Amino acid sequence: MQWETVIGLEIHAQLSTKSKIFSAASTKFGQEPNSQACAVDLGLPGVLPVLNKEAVDKAIRFGLAVNAHINQRNVFDRKNYFYPDLPKGYQISQLDWPIVGEGEIEISIGDETKIIGVTRAHLEEDAGKSVHDMFDDYSAIDLNRAGTPLLEIVSEPDMRSAKEAVAYAKKIHALVQYIGICDGNMQEGSFRCDANVSIRPMGQEKLGTRAELKNINSFKFLEKAINLEVERQQDIIEDGGEVVQETRLYDAVKNETRSMRSKEEANDYRYFPDPDLLPVEISDEMLENIKSELPELPQEKKARFINDLGLNDYDADVLTSQKSLADYFEIMLEGNTSNAKLCANWVMGELSASLNKNQIEIDNSPVSAQDLSLLITRIGDDTISGKIAKDVFKAIWDGEGSADEIIDAKGLKQMTDTGAIEAIVDEIIANNAPQVEQFKSGNEKILGFFVGQAMKATQGKANPKLLNELLRSKLS
Amino acid sequence: MSLTQDQVGQIAYLARLSLSDEQLESNTKDLNSILGLAEQLADIDTDDIEPMAHPLHMSQRLREDVVNEQDQSELFQTIAPKIGNKHYLVPTVIE
Repeated sequence: MQWETVIGLEIHAQLSTKSKIFSAASTKFGQEPNSQACAVDLGLPGVLPVLNKEAVDKAIRFGLAVNAHINQRNVFDRKNYFYPDLPKGYQISQLDWPIVGEGEIEISIGDETKIIGVTRAHLEEDAGKSVHDMFDDYSAIDLNRAGTPLLEIVSEPDMRSAKEAVAYAKKIHALVQYIGICDGNMQEGSFRCDANVSIRPMGQEKLGTRAELKNINSFKFLEKAINLEVERQQDIIEDGGEVVQETRLYDAVKNETRSMRSKEEANDYRYFPDPDLLPVEISDEMLENIKSELPELPQEKKARFINDLGLNDYDADVLTSQKSLADYFEIMLEGNTSNAKLCANWVMGELSASLNKNQIEIDNSPVSAQDLSLLITRIGDDTISGKIAKDVFKAIWDGEGSADEIIDAKGLKQMTDTGAIEAIVDEIIANNAPQVEQFKSGNEKILGFFVGQAMKATQGKANPKLLNELLRSKLS
Repeated sequence: MSLTQDQVGQIAYLARLSLSDEQLESNTKDLNSILGLAEQLADIDTDDIEPMAHPLHMSQRLREDVVNEQDQSELFQTIAPKIGNKHYLVPTVIE
């Protein structure tokens, strides 16, 4: 039977605030255990949560960026369950009145684009962290993370393959960094994905029973976990069984998903509005202010790269896929507005290849945007040719200095002295009579031979344009 | 609307309350009497009424994003049943 996969994602983005969502304790990562868990975070008697304005602000920013309806009146609820890293016995979240309503985002897979619906996004507090391997008979609880603001972004079940799910997750990941609401650090858990996966016979409208996959902390694992789960569900159904609705944990080491807890019984959270928190009212003024301060969004940047810089769709898409990449490119552009295409080629070509090969993120590139920008300038003003530039790039990468220093030190400056090139051209023509004949009898391709000879004679330093002109005029 | 004894047992389990059979019976009776009182609301047409999230007609005050809590973990941990390596310790919970 032909099966169709249906995927919806729940993404938890940690909002990059200084203090927690309901307390004035720090959210800084990696501090001494429990040193940042204050009385409010611990849920001690008599404390009162007070909502962080910045968390609200950042949630709204996200809503605006996905064209969503902002619920100017929204309400916090208590989600009740027992777990040692949840000191209050409930998590403060939003159920019926989330801050961000329905929105959408466009993803691209190859040449195809697709709109994925965002069902909602709501504010909530994170729980603490349980460490199970520190003591033999105890689980150790660190509540520093308790109360850290999260934005839970829920998608429609609009994705039909693991690839689409990854494309969507990457898009949201890039977006939250663009608008400065989340650092996107997946290793530190600032950006986490849960995937709801089900399958149904192709053409059937009714959704199949879904499993929720948790503990996925990279895009690679997201794709693997979904594909594993689809296979598992197909096997069950094709063997005459039924998929049960459950939470499954992805194990990256064993590359398997396994049932997490008999959550069925506990899955009754008995939500009710939190009496400690009043409904949130967002004024028109606050909404307008946030709207006016919203930075350029990835799709807007892409459109600008195409319309103003003349880049093609593919280049513009790649360059705006990550904020750090777009930032790098834009710094390069500052001195090279007329060489945008050349800048794009170098970022996506030589630079990306070197970064990939050495597994370095662009933020830590040994060749800074300013370095590469200068190199492009030197190609643009004919100081060096594109070919020589590759050697200079490598030297900058290896820390030998700036483009100008390397060009000077190695004597790579292009020959633009017409007289000098002319002398070389004359000599080559004199020594290669048969090839000259061929050119004269109409073999245009043989010009390449002369160019090659001249480049060889000048160690690649002859200005290609000048050389071509001289050759043509001398040969004809 | 009324609750069965099983449902009350389930609610008690979710709240981690251990009820004896007698308590379960009397609690079911009490809860059903409370629900009966609230049931009068069902006679009112509430179609055009926005559900109330809070009895006070006020909105939430927002706090500026400033850190001003000091580390008081040593003080807080004096009332914890068990601590170790600066962590709160609980009987092993493993998924």
